[in-house]
Amino acid sequence: MNWLADFFGDAGHWSGPDGIPVRLLEHLEFSAAAFLVAALIAVPLGMLIGHTGRGALLVVVAANAARALPTLGLLVLVVLLAGVGTVLPVLIPLIVLAVPPILVNTYEGVRGVDADLRDAAYGMGLRGRQVLFRTLTPVALPLILLGLRLAAIQVVSTATVAAFVGLGGLGRFIIDGLATKTYADVIGGAVLVAALALAVQFAFVLLDRVAVSPGVRQVR
Amino acid sequence: MITFEDVTKRYRDGTVAVDDLSLEVPTGAITVFVGPSGCGKTTSLRMINRMIDATSGRITLDGQDVREIDPPTLRRGIGYVIQQAGLFPHRKIVDNVATVPYLLGWSKKKARTRAMELLELVGLDPGLAGRYPFQLSGGQQQRVGVARALAADPPVLLMDEPFSAVDPIVRASLQDELLRLQSELRKTIVFVTHDIDEAVKLGDTVAVMRVGGRLAQMAGPATLLTEPADDFVREFLGRDRGIRRLSFISAKEVRLSPSPSDLVTDEDGRALGWRTADGLAAHGTFNPETDSLRVALDAALLSPNGTAVAVDEEGRVRGVAGRDAIDELLAEYAPPAAGRAPGGSSGGSSSGAGDSEGAPA
Repeated sequence: MNWLADFFGDAGHWSGPDGIPVRLLEHLEFSAAAFLVAALIAVPLGMLIGHTGRGALLVVVAANAARALPTLGLLVLVVLLAGVGTVLPVLIPLIVLAVPPILVNTYEGVRGVDADLRDAAYGMGLRGRQVLFRTLTPVALPLILLGLRLAAIQVVSTATVAAFVGLGGLGRFIIDGLATKTYADVIGGAVLVAALALAVQFAFVLLDRVAVSPGVRQVR
Repeated sequence: MITFEDVTKRYRDGTVAVDDLSLEVPTGAITVFVGPSGCGKTTSLRMINRMIDATSGRITLDGQDVREIDPPTLRRGIGYVIQQAGLFPHRKIVDNVATVPYLLGWSKKKARTRAMELLELVGLDPGLAGRYPFQLSGGQQQRVGVARALAADPPVLLMDEPFSAVDPIVRASLQDELLRLQSELRKTIVFVTHDIDEAVKLGDTVAVMRVGGRLAQMAGPATLLTEPADDFVREFLGRDRGIRRLSFISAKEVRLSPSPSDLVTDEDGRALGWRTADGLAAHGTFNPETDSLRVALDAALLSPNGTAVAVDEEGRVRGVAGRDAIDELLAEYAPPAAGRAPGGSSGGSSSGAGDSEGAPA
């Protein structure tokens, strides 16, 4: 508790280029960029594969690769290949981390829509694309949002690794604190990362309320 | 009119679902495809709106080959009701019903107004319009399914075992409701079921199919019950064919005798029971105008003296019919000797027997 008071009570931590607001903003920037790119890749791909049934193998491979892949290892590899100083080495591992949960959940959500419902949609005279966007997607939305939420939380938690390669973000407090044995900073940084993850979780709960039809939410 | 001309559906693995099917579905009547599972009845139905395409042969809708029509366009012009209703869970009831009007580009207001009319037509409380499907019972969902199929007023309705997932009481009321709707709307309906009782109750024409996708017999329900084409149809129709056939004979022609003095009535002329030494005994009634011979016979069997009481709509006694009177009519409808069509010698008395195959256009 003392450490927390030391960290958050220190006025120096609340301003300047290495203060909490700036680090938080940096952290959010990496995370949001990686998350958005991952979502733009994985949501359309998952929907397409779930709808057509073609390319399901890709989903399986992605899901397994995600479990096996060491984020830190990938970070170091990309740094070695791309060099230090740019934001790219941080984004690539975060994107690679975020794609599988989004892809797998979107795919499962769309593919898992009741066959009767799909049948009814076609039988009413909806065209293929209308079936996907007007029926399958809204019904699969809870699962798609779940995938996005898992990815977002993983990204904000893992974005701390940016500090390893000299970039900013909340990871700085942890890495620098460890290096200088300033444990108040380490714990303070960790608490901030955890709080951010919880905030993301909460934001998705709200999004779920707004975006998902009450008719679908109740079914699950 | 829908016609099947030598239609065959063969899957890639060689399974033949429908084998050289040729039949005509008359306009404005209910045609039931019935048979055990694997007989190709659902496949046949789904080939009409091209949910499945035939391997060979032709299906025409009012003379036009369905394969010349783009499937979504074709389907928007044909109502489709499936077993589990298949309502869109994320949309309110009113928007579910308005699905096809929306697709056809109607304004939201017009489509919703139409949807509200339909909810009423199928006997649903308009207050349900703003609910979601999960908030409705199975029977209510199935009614919404029917309303959705009727929304754009298509001339043809395809119903694929629509009532088989609800309990027997709800099923019976949905069947009655369909018959009531059909008497108003006169749609061309193709109805698939595995339940022969449902087929006989609903069908103007019943097509019995056998495993392997072959048509075993196509006839009016009364003809089917009296003259099953072969052992398969006979077995599929089950027991009590003779008794069940009486449902298709009107009780109108039962010879009535004047009400005897031992039938006790109230001041309005409604029957109270039969006077016996031990007090009043139960009586059975039938309305000759609306009931079938089966009801009349049942009424006779329920009375201790074997006499059925004929009543009018208000329940006033019009006369009585003993078993001899019922017997006379039964004799007229006796199944013909081998191969002869029924009704031919009974002087047009088969009207209302329900076995006319030329359905009204």
